[in-house]
Amino acid sequence: MEKERHVLVIFPHPDDEAFSVSGTLALHREAGTPVTYLCLTLGEMGRNLGNPPFATRESLPKIRQKELIDAANAIGIQDLRMLGLRDKTIEFEDDEKLTSLFTDAIIELNPSLIITFYPGYSVHPDHEATARAVVRAVERMEEKERPKLHCVAFSNNCIDELGHPDIIHDISAVEEKKVAAFTAHRSQTQAMVIEWKKKFENQDADFLDWIRKERLWTYKF
Amino acid sequence: MKPIDRTEVQNAIDSFAGQDVYLHLETTNGAYATHVDEAFFSAGAYIRNALIQYEHGKIVGDGPYRIGLKLNIGWVYAEGVNHFEMDEQGRLLLAGLDFSGKLAVSMQLSPTPFE
Repeated sequence: MEKERHVLVIFPHPDDEAFSVSGTLALHREAGTPVTYLCLTLGEMGRNLGNPPFATRESLPKIRQKELIDAANAIGIQDLRMLGLRDKTIEFEDDEKLTSLFTDAIIELNPSLIITFYPGYSVHPDHEATARAVVRAVERMEEKERPKLHCVAFSNNCIDELGHPDIIHDISAVEEKKVAAFTAHRSQTQAMVIEWKKKFENQDADFLDWIRKERLWTYKF
Repeated sequence: MKPIDRTEVQNAIDSFAGQDVYLHLETTNGAYATHVDEAFFSAGAYIRNALIQYEHGKIVGDGPYRIGLKLNIGWVYAEGVNHFEMDEQGRLLLAGLDFSGKLAVSMQLSPTPFE
């Protein structure tokens, strides 16, 4: 993995980072690279409230905020910014407002790498709208000034249409931090953590490959 | 939240009748429903902080319950409701949780705007 000047990560929901690039981010932090994470919402619309319930529609954001802070600490992220937008409304926000949010962050931080979703291949409307706005912000820069843009894709058609990911990070060295970040998002991952434990115990080869190799696509302008 | 107590919920509905209240109403099957099953037709609706006034309201059924509010010139209703809470801010939070604990419907009334 190349040493970066500053990594800027932009995702809409607490836990997006844990699933996709928590190992990559932990590796950057261990290399001494500053990481800024812009998390747009608090996942207010999360559906898992438990039965019997552990949360209400109104208490869930506070729970998820705490989980996000815990996950960022587990990864070692030293600059976590919660932007206060609302889950499932990103695509309805003013496009220009979103773009300038990200342009401002790029100007302030001068990142050498930006990580977000791949527009068109990231399933959730908030992922898509976030990714489109990041691409707009980077596209407006002079080509030679642009940071690298690495994208997460997981739609059913992503490999058919984008080809295989061109970036694969082996994150085995920070696997424990990844599991800790994932586990920190308790309200979202409780059931999955139990499944993961079984798969670790059984040394499930597909699972270990999936968790130890983080896959990204370089955005093609 | 706890399982619905019809009397408690009916009393709360009665207490908000005839005055301005803020409404949160939501149905959802999750943003990943079609990703997981392409044959699934995903739909939902959401309204937060609609200012309404209702003449009367009712909770009906044997559980999950249906709740309807009669407005001067219209209606609000939700079905599949099975949990509730009167929170410390005096808000009535009603929810329908599916068998795995996922929210399917939410209806909430508050004398002050929701955050």
